Amino acid sequence: MKKILCIVLSAVIAMSCAVLFAGCGGESAGEINVFNWGEYFADGSDGTVDVIARFEEETGIKVNVTTFETNEELYNLLSTSNSSYDVVFPSDYMVEKLISEKLVQKLDYSKIPNYNKVIKRFRNMPYDPKGEYSVPYSWNVTGLVYNKTMVKNIPDDWDGLWDESLKGQLLMFNNSRDAYAIAMQQCGITPDTFTKADIDKATEKLKAQKPLLKKYVMDQTFIEMENSQSAMAPYYAGDIYTMMTNNEDLVGVLPKSGSNLFVDSMCIPKSAQNVEGALKFINFMTDPEISAANMDYITYASPVEGAKELIDEDVAGSELVYPPDEYLDKCYTFRNVDEDVYSYMQEQFVKVMS
Amino acid sequence: MRLRRPSIPYIIWMVVFTLVPIVLILFYALTDRSGSFSVEAFTKAVGYSDVFLRSIWIAFISTLICLVIAYPMGYIMSRQKRSVQNFLTMIIMIPMWMNFLLRIYAWVTLLQNRGPIDTMLSIFGIHTQLIGNQGAVILGMVYEYLPFMILPLYTVMSKIDTRLIEAAGDLGANKFGVMRKVVFPLSIPGIISGITMVFVPTASTFLVAQYLGGTNDIMIGDVIDKIFWSDHNTGSAIALILMVAILIFLVILNFFGDEEAIAA
Repeated sequence: MKKILCIVLSAVIAMSCAVLFAGCGGESAGEINVFNWGEYFADGSDGTVDVIARFEEETGIKVNVTTFETNEELYNLLSTSNSSYDVVFPSDYMVEKLISEKLVQKLDYSKIPNYNKVIKRFRNMPYDPKGEYSVPYSWNVTGLVYNKTMVKNIPDDWDGLWDESLKGQLLMFNNSRDAYAIAMQQCGITPDTFTKADIDKATEKLKAQKPLLKKYVMDQTFIEMENSQSAMAPYYAGDIYTMMTNNEDLVGVLPKSGSNLFVDSMCIPKSAQNVEGALKFINFMTDPEISAANMDYITYASPVEGAKELIDEDVAGSELVYPPDEYLDKCYTFRNVDEDVYSYMQEQFVKVMS
Repeated sequence: MRLRRPSIPYIIWMVVFTLVPIVLILFYALTDRSGSFSVEAFTKAVGYSDVFLRSIWIAFISTLICLVIAYPMGYIMSRQKRSVQNFLTMIIMIPMWMNFLLRIYAWVTLLQNRGPIDTMLSIFGIHTQLIGNQGAVILGMVYEYLPFMILPLYTVMSKIDTRLIEAAGDLGANKFGVMRKVVFPLSIPGIISGITMVFVPTASTFLVAQYLGGTNDIMIGDVIDKIFWSDHNTGSAIALILMVAILIFLVILNFFGDEEAIAA
């Protein structure tokens, strides 16, 4: 029933589009469509390398970049439409979901010689255990940032976000997966995967935290912290590094009980039109020099051997951008959870907020 | 047949961008994840009635404030010389040339702690939290949507024949009587389109609340956005309820308008 309706409706749209756009040219062989996070490639500003231009120059393949904001948006586009993306950049748990739903294809690693330079830790991650579908692009962890002029009890762990003395000055992730991960850690649950019962426990933690919060935010964390409007916030450690360069009062902390090690990877969807071009692109992005240029730009860490040494010394020397190996051993990486568990979490999160 | 042909592009447009999405939303709202018929989505949607009512309330208050500010403004504008009218229209339009988000950012900067307004108030010994509450959200809404109330009111009022107002005065109506018996009834179409243009977006937008509100100011638009990604069905059901609520509101509004216009 659902399928038939979808087919009928897409036929209607397709036919109308055909009428509107009749005569538009087809796709040439030398083109790839890349679907990435916003501002995730070095673009040549501030003396960095314009990596896309460099790739086009070297290979003659034209690159069309479109961007997305959440993994769920990426998933929706790949699962519901006949989009023809050649390279996509899902995060860890989304890679697993895309593999399990057969939306991405196995990679021919012989065409990605640079894969040998990928650091061992980041190969065969739990979300792609045999290392067949993905090549890591960047990684980082979540952390805490606080303003030293506003915080008396210096936090060393996530419980700082439940500090009563900072009532009305705390921020929290406006994103269910990240918010629940922190709350679950507070309940002693490792949040790589979880059940509905775990969600219920964490929901109580989040409810207890809500009266202390100023706001649930994502990107606004930058202005809130950089303008000293809020005292403490959780965020992605590489971004905390950026905030610290803009406000000297800010201090970044890697929570001692560990945090979320996230890896954004490159995959090729089943529906890709130009697999050869996509493989070339993935190989190019895994080159140490190119990876270094990208990571310099986004201040996350590179999974490629030799890239760290090419990155700006201050960035590469920061524990926030490159947490030490001992810290990474305490971290967890998100896994795919069942759809009904995931939407239950989303539902509970909205209930906490409303 | 000759008349019909030019309308084909519009029909295609309507089918693709209005009919198909509505059918899809309707379909999702009335099914469950597996695609079979179910009203589960609506029962889940009811769980968000608090947020729903709050959004409607904020939209209502914002619309009311807009109307109160815009009505005299529109009237004053419509009674000026042509050149002054054009100038005033321009003044009202200029902020709208700026990006919506930037205007909200500007308010964040103005209202934030140790921001200009806070600093000024603290000189007089007043220390309050200006941002992160419902008041700030309503302020933001009124600021963003006020032009949409002023412009239709002004347009309608500037079409009111000055001689009618003079005649009412000559026949013994005082200023209040002129407003009540002549200007107000003739401006009703402007009031209706103004309310429509302010109420509908304020009920569904969430950016203003995200930037100026606190933890208790989540709007229904935000809920739809969050829920839809993981649960198309409930997201669609909430969207559908919102659409129906707005539709009912508009029908009532128009009905009321017609009655008044006839009575006048």
